[in-house]
Amino acid sequence: MQDVLNQVGINNYIFLSVLLFCIGVFGVLYRRNAIIVLMSIEIMLNAVNLLFVAFSTYHEDAQGQVFVFFSMAVAAAEVAVGLAILVSIFRNIGSIDVSNLKKLRG
Amino acid sequence: MNTLIAITALGVICLIFELLNLRKILVPFSIVALCGILYLNSLDYNQTASYYNNMIVVDNFSVTFTALFIVLTTFLVALGHHFYDDVPEKLSDFVAIKIFLLSGAAAMVSFGNLAMFFLGIEVLSISLYILAASRRLNIKSNESGMKYFLMGSFASGIILFGICLIYGAIGSFDMRVIMEAAVSADVEEWFYIGGILLAIGLLFKIAAVPFHFWAPDVYEGAPALTTATMSTLAKVTAMATFFKLFFAMSGNLPETSQTVLVVLSGLSMTVGNIMALRQANVKRMLAFSGISHAGFMLMTLIGTQISAGTLLYYGTAYAFAGIGAFSVILYVCRHLENEDIVNFQGLGKSNPFLAFVLTTSLLSMAGIPIFAGFFAKLMLFSQVLESGHLALVIVAVVNSIIAVGYYFKLILAMYTKEPQHERTGRPFYIYAVATVALLLNLTIGLFPSLVTDLLR
Repeated sequence: MQDVLNQVGINNYIFLSVLLFCIGVFGVLYRRNAIIVLMSIEIMLNAVNLLFVAFSTYHEDAQGQVFVFFSMAVAAAEVAVGLAILVSIFRNIGSIDVSNLKKLRG
Repeated sequence: MNTLIAITALGVICLIFELLNLRKILVPFSIVALCGILYLNSLDYNQTASYYNNMIVVDNFSVTFTALFIVLTTFLVALGHHFYDDVPEKLSDFVAIKIFLLSGAAAMVSFGNLAMFFLGIEVLSISLYILAASRRLNIKSNESGMKYFLMGSFASGIILFGICLIYGAIGSFDMRVIMEAAVSADVEEWFYIGGILLAIGLLFKIAAVPFHFWAPDVYEGAPALTTATMSTLAKVTAMATFFKLFFAMSGNLPETSQTVLVVLSGLSMTVGNIMALRQANVKRMLAFSGISHAGFMLMTLIGTQISAGTLLYYGTAYAFAGIGAFSVILYVCRHLENEDIVNFQGLGKSNPFLAFVLTTSLLSMAGIPIFAGFFAKLMLFSQVLESGHLALVIVAVVNSIIAVGYYFKLILAMYTKEPQHERTGRPFYIYAVATVALLLNLTIGLFPSLVTDLLR
């Protein structure tokens, strides 16, 4: 693993993760379909997981990989709640378009 | 440590109560158990210790803030007794979720490792997503839950990225290593980027400008009791966590970071207060008022001699005033569709006591003397003055005056107009919580040293 990391370089891993993270951020900000927004959030979290594993190898330290398990479990719980909210919205208004949610305006 | 285990166990016991058909005594039992946990928590005072490879660090900061969170949760659980009358079979779920939320809050102030911090903030946030969307058939509640979920998980992603960069820079999640790295001269610049991302994520959670835009919508749509939870417990928790992280990482921060904080806190107060002036919905108004209070709480981080005692006092004063106000809102809007100010007309005639509680709570938030809010602001302002930020104090004082404007709009509606609705019934728990919150507010207002001396 160390050889691969040395060949590729830790900086490239960081660039890749930042790129994936930004794709996720723009997905959250610009897409209106709630499912795609959920996927974008997953991309953000998984970009970080990738970077955790890369740093873990870089430092030759297992803590980072253990953290990935925590963050995966948390992401799963989060998405479960998010999908549940989405289902109840779909039952109420028959749409999963985030821009249809404008009952609350000041 | 024992506190955290006891809180989690209580949450599980609440769920078992439902199986055993003990729903009737669930709320009284939880209140007594939470008081027991409060006592258990107080045993750890003045005893610094760390558990599980420094995952959890118990010190005076964590003990005092956990005590505040336990008291707030007790109030929220008590208020829930009448609030869920229409869905009695779900009462135990709601009580259990609130207690799990408390365990997240306790983990957030007593973490010694960023893994524990992340788990704490996620337990707190996920519980709040569920509570915000808990009125399943009400589209407003759905919408508020969805918005909160999207913004919250977005913020969690940013926090996670921040943690990752800090780990990349120093190769550890341990707060002691982070503190050492913060004062050492040669540390990778990822460390600072990570710190900034963490700060952004937490500013999202405390709803400070410029990350406040979700708060009014979410506060308005969520069930009133959830709004109370968000605006008192969740806000103070996130602020205490921000304080702890800032304290750990502020080793050799440049001068400009202070400028950024001054600008953020000034903007939060001003934007929050000016937007609150034109709100007709009480929950929305309190959301903006919460944004301005987030600005005031950010002031505790400014200056050379930042003190946790001031934050604890401000947080306590704000949270008790919030609980008092929301217990009245819960009573007034029990059977109503919305929480508009019109609904509060004539409360002074029909329920003089509750009107008095709401008035005192609002005056305390505005910072009128003899209530705790006044002394909180006094301490805060004198501390910031000592560190030489005169302009910020002037902005803060002007904002306190603006705040009186919209608080008085509600107070005038209560006392000068005729009631529009019949208000019957005197729910015991709501009256009890309102009374206790009022007494606590007055007590810590008359004897501020009771709270500030806890963290010296």
